[in-house]
Amino acid sequence: MTSTSQKVAGIPAAPSVRRGRPRLGEKAIEALLVLAAIVSVATTVGIVISLAVPTVEFFGTVSLGEFVTETLWTPLFAEKHYGVLPLLVATLIVTAIAVTIAIPVGLGSAIYLSEYAGNRTRAFLKPILEILAGIPTVVYGFFALLAVNPWLRDIWPSQTKPEFQNMLVAGIAMGLMIVPTVASLAEDAMTAVPRSLREGAYALASTKMQVSTRVVLPAALSGIVAAIVLGISRALGETMIVTIAAGLKTDGIIVNPIDGAATMTAYIAGAGQGDLPVDSLDYLTIFAVGSTLFLFTLALNALSIRMVRRFREVYE
Amino acid sequence: MTTTTNPRGPSSADVRAELTRRRFRPAETAFKLALQACLAIGLAFLVALLAFAVTKGWHRLDARLWENMPTGRVSRAGEAGVQSAIWGTVWVISLTAAICLPTGVLAAIYLEEYADNTRWYNRLLELNIQNLAGVPSIVFGILGLGLIARVIGLGFTVATAAVVLSLLVLPTVIIASREAIRAVPQSIRHASYALGATRWQTVSRQVLPAAVPGIATGSILALSRAIGEAAPLILLGAVTFIRFNPDSLLSAYTTLPIQIYNLIKEPQAEFQELAAAAIVLMLVVLLAMNSIAIFVRNRFTKRW
Repeated sequence: MTSTSQKVAGIPAAPSVRRGRPRLGEKAIEALLVLAAIVSVATTVGIVISLAVPTVEFFGTVSLGEFVTETLWTPLFAEKHYGVLPLLVATLIVTAIAVTIAIPVGLGSAIYLSEYAGNRTRAFLKPILEILAGIPTVVYGFFALLAVNPWLRDIWPSQTKPEFQNMLVAGIAMGLMIVPTVASLAEDAMTAVPRSLREGAYALASTKMQVSTRVVLPAALSGIVAAIVLGISRALGETMIVTIAAGLKTDGIIVNPIDGAATMTAYIAGAGQGDLPVDSLDYLTIFAVGSTLFLFTLALNALSIRMVRRFREVYE
Repeated sequence: MTTTTNPRGPSSADVRAELTRRRFRPAETAFKLALQACLAIGLAFLVALLAFAVTKGWHRLDARLWENMPTGRVSRAGEAGVQSAIWGTVWVISLTAAICLPTGVLAAIYLEEYADNTRWYNRLLELNIQNLAGVPSIVFGILGLGLIARVIGLGFTVATAAVVLSLLVLPTVIIASREAIRAVPQSIRHASYALGATRWQTVSRQVLPAAVPGIATGSILALSRAIGEAAPLILLGAVTFIRFNPDSLLSAYTTLPIQIYNLIKEPQAEFQELAAAAIVLMLVVLLAMNSIAIFVRNRFTKRW
């Protein structure tokens, strides 16, 4: 860089471009940004620690064998049993009802929005789905308990009416809650299918239904599966709807959907409301059930992330 | 086809008529109707839900809503209101915004502008944020209960609630901010560097201002999710009937969704009507926020 320091008549020497001055402000800001990014990692670590430590303590008293094989969950009763199966079964029943509703309704909406709807129809319908997604789940619970359930009891054909709180009505409300999740992710996956595939099928005289079901749907399959898996994961972790509409009853395994039963999340919410003495075994059950829930949703989320990545790799 | 009698084969007019004829295909029509029915179910549910809340809460949507829980709350249910819950929500959400918006935007800037995403730790960071977005909200409540309230010792206060809600919506803020930052074209950055700007000068004076509409939209949606969130706060001491407004970051509190949950549990019809009125109030606030978000997105987003 000697040339820049040479004096040219009338022109002052230009400062060196590579002066290598340490920029402390820049470094400090970068450190601040890294710190902000680390908050999310710290959150994960915090979640794992806050779950794992009490869970380990819990399994010091109750054996893992009893936890996964015992068919009674009565930690807050006089006679205590610690089998997580009743909570798990209730969770799976509510989730199954929700998914039975959300898959057809969500996928049907997604196919219509992606393949049939014109731009103006879509511009009108998509915000409505977004509104449905933005309604707090406590409101879904309120509606399920005070509006859907009385109606369900009215039209129920048999003599044994659904209970005041039951898994069926919670599952219905939860199904409609996850419809926007399934619909918008599935629609993204279908929109990502290249036009040329559709045009190829139309050129071979396919109808619109054939293009939708035999070309677009299979091509977007991994994205659609990801949408459904994410929906299931949201249903498993949803708390307010089941707490309000399916109740907090814990006992043996209840399989009749018109009966009330506590899911894993409802148990946590119910037990967490009371003032359980810290470090009592009752208090530790919250964390043991929480760990179980966390592991389930973690596995489903990992599956969903992997599926989404796959469909992105194919078409983008 | 009658044209087979023509010795020279079908005329071109017949062929055209055959090709453009609209055939009635029952399966096609049924399929389309089924798809429309799917959308109609979602729409009908939304309309029924809103109609039910409004009709049930209509005659409680008056000045009584701005009251606090009277002391004899069962005998005087008709006079009960949700003032302390409204103030609680204002306190908690303001603090949540103050914590999660700067943190989320700074983290997004790091991931988009500074991080070298071929490094394993940056990829891990991204995967971690994706996973965190799928963790059930009640698990964040457990984090708050086990670590923030007890070990760190913030207790069941406005501060704990705000920290937990911040962590809960942080992935949403980060993901939305990253998308907004990514949408700013590379040429803007190159032009800024070419004029001798440093990295932070480029980010703070060129990239961020251009990304503000996207970041604002994502932030409003994240905060509206925080407003309606009840599950983690159930574990954080918000369920007790609080009759006073919070006055500091370390006061006890309750929030609107929690108060609604409490009111639903009560057997008296008056409390359920009050719950409906509180729901209408909350939905109006949330709809307004969503509309603002959509407006900002459509009006201010730059098209490059």
